[in-house]
Amino acid sequence: MTRQMTGAKMIVQALIDQGVDTVFGYPGGAVLPIYDEIFQQNHIKHILVRHEQGAVHAAEGYARSTGKPGVALVTSGPGATNAVTGLTDALMDSIPIIVLTGQVPTFMIGSDAFQEADTVGITRHCTKHNWLVKETDKLSGVIHEAFHVATSGRPGPVLVDIPKDVQFASGAYTQKQALKSHYQPQLKGDMEAITELVDAIENAKKPVFYTGGGVINSGPAASQLLRELVDATGFPITSTLMGLGCYPASGDKWLGMLGMHGLYEANMAMHDCDLMINIGARFDDRITGVVEKFSPNSKKAHIDIDPSSINKVIRVDIPIMGDVGHVLEDLLKVWKSRGRKTNSEAVAKWWKKIEAWRAVDCLKYEQKGKVIKPQHALTRLEALTKGYDRYITTEVGQHQMWAAQYLGFEDPNRWMTSGGLGTMGYGFPASIGVQMAHSDALVINVAGEASWLMNMQEMGTAMQYGLPVKQFILNNERLGMVRQWQELLHGERYSSSWSESLPDFVKLAEAFGAKGIICSDPDDLDDAIMEMINHDGPVIFDCLVEKHENCFPMIPSGKAHNDMIMGEVDTSTAIDAEGKVLV
Amino acid sequence: MSALKIKKGANSHSAYNLRPNFSDVEERHTLALLVENEPGVLARVIGLFAGRGYNIDSLTVAEVDHDGHLSRITIVTRGTPQVIEQIKAQTGRIISVRDVHDLTVEGASVERELAMFKVAGTGDKRVEALRLADIFRANVVDSTLESFVFEITGAPEKIDAFADLMRPLGLVDVARTGVAALSRGK
Repeated sequence: MTRQMTGAKMIVQALIDQGVDTVFGYPGGAVLPIYDEIFQQNHIKHILVRHEQGAVHAAEGYARSTGKPGVALVTSGPGATNAVTGLTDALMDSIPIIVLTGQVPTFMIGSDAFQEADTVGITRHCTKHNWLVKETDKLSGVIHEAFHVATSGRPGPVLVDIPKDVQFASGAYTQKQALKSHYQPQLKGDMEAITELVDAIENAKKPVFYTGGGVINSGPAASQLLRELVDATGFPITSTLMGLGCYPASGDKWLGMLGMHGLYEANMAMHDCDLMINIGARFDDRITGVVEKFSPNSKKAHIDIDPSSINKVIRVDIPIMGDVGHVLEDLLKVWKSRGRKTNSEAVAKWWKKIEAWRAVDCLKYEQKGKVIKPQHALTRLEALTKGYDRYITTEVGQHQMWAAQYLGFEDPNRWMTSGGLGTMGYGFPASIGVQMAHSDALVINVAGEASWLMNMQEMGTAMQYGLPVKQFILNNERLGMVRQWQELLHGERYSSSWSESLPDFVKLAEAFGAKGIICSDPDDLDDAIMEMINHDGPVIFDCLVEKHENCFPMIPSGKAHNDMIMGEVDTSTAIDAEGKVLV
Repeated sequence: MSALKIKKGANSHSAYNLRPNFSDVEERHTLALLVENEPGVLARVIGLFAGRGYNIDSLTVAEVDHDGHLSRITIVTRGTPQVIEQIKAQTGRIISVRDVHDLTVEGASVERELAMFKVAGTGDKRVEALRLADIFRANVVDSTLESFVFEITGAPEKIDAFADLMRPLGLVDVARTGVAALSRGK
């Protein structure tokens, strides 16, 4: 029995059938029929954002903190083009989101109609897949397929463009169960390759696990299996920015984050290891540094669900294509059945070496005087929020790296940051998405003042829906990371990298009806943070910090893992001409 | 030779050749992509090549299965083995691409291209052009007193050779379709 209904009703019905409870969006002419349907039902909550970019980032925050796909709904033309940054962000970080866009009626497509844009053309490069639906009969099937594509294999953003006449017309609704998709990515890894990796694990003298966002995307079970594997083998583990939380920061095998601003012990272990086991990471340039000098003496295994990630940047010895959870399960089975062997004597020696690197204490800093060091602000935030049901989002820049270094994550899906695209303005709307999914949790956006201003309009959204998101702004009145690079690379000529004419953040908060807190004295910091936590509503926390603090340690552009700058030494010659062209 | 047939959905063991050789010598490969015949599918493939900086020597596309809504895109491309593997993996990732075949490594294959040559001239040159066309089994599809249009089908090398011979004889214009290719045998 097929049910007849309008396209607009079909969209809402398909979302309900897909288990969607929240949609982030902004209405406009080309989506009015859909908004009319949303108005007449109670299953799906619509969150009115203040800018379409905010809708997409909020959907990302929702998706990353729940493991479920996020949904955004925007109008044609500018609504769609404003969604492009969020789509690209989700593509780079493999976040499953579904963006529904309105389109001018089919008979006007191509006529440069009001608010017309070639949405599928524009977003072809920044979605995993997209569809323009020209027949109402096909609409519900496409939406079900869209959810399937977004969430299967390597997750990613998809977009469905729906002309207004298709929304008005009636058609047959296709059930979710009727979907027969050709897209069925391979989940199980090749057993021969897995066995080869077990061999390597048994014989490794200096192994390291290098994990990434793929572990988180594979689901909580994958993190659980990873923990089992790490604890059983006793091998050290590091993670990319995207993978923080897949192994607990309090675990004794944890080396901290690796990469450009990663920890000394993590990068040194990567450089000196004889077996590197990449689990769901992609050898990003923030991780490898200069490719030619990347971990020169190691055998490299790479577990990835996306075949194009394998051998793209780094040539690996043991490629395993498959889902992290499935592969780890098989890997553990084989390793256990062969007697749980490792070269424990050699690994113990390896740990001694790692302990010596750890003893360097690369994150040490000194909080003295009356100016708050940003590292100190985050150390205190970590200490005071540790016991809470806590979710952290960030913007992009120095504060983001410090947050990754000084905050600890015990579980997956607790850390939402724009890794691949590096989108300033991501964190605030993402925190709204996270809070929507976890109404009782403590959601904190660690921000810089410049990033935060990029999507500050979402204060209206937070207030309208009573979302008690905490905006923890490390305010150095600078574009800190830009300033740092200008200091290191461009002769301390600080071209346009300071924030002039900043608002009074306390008054800004009050203008929206929220609470504002300003703190500049280290002695007041703890009380101020507690005041923020205990306030039942959105807070803008203006934390005035040291203006010229640099983010260390750092692998300068064009250098290898074992060539890190550790602190405020002479940094003027750290980057050579070749490194300068790199970003 | 490893079969590089990509069967999405099949639980095959090594769908992609994940252990290619890492020579830095560029190779010419002919890829056949079976794609869903839907609006924008060609743009997806070409956009990928443009966006990631891959080469296209030639590209042909046409529907091959009307009921199954399938088209076949034949691409001749060039790159180091690592780049070729990336091209296959990246095209295989496009949702509308059902199958990727690397005809260059999957075994013997036949390649054909159709071309038309306009050659203008009189006297000996005109006679010589006609004689060579006969040797190459090219057909005359249009003629005036001062010109011929030849139609020729063959492997790209044959067409290149014919073009070289026609150039001194008054070659005015060339239209080539690009390569269509199929694997040999069953």
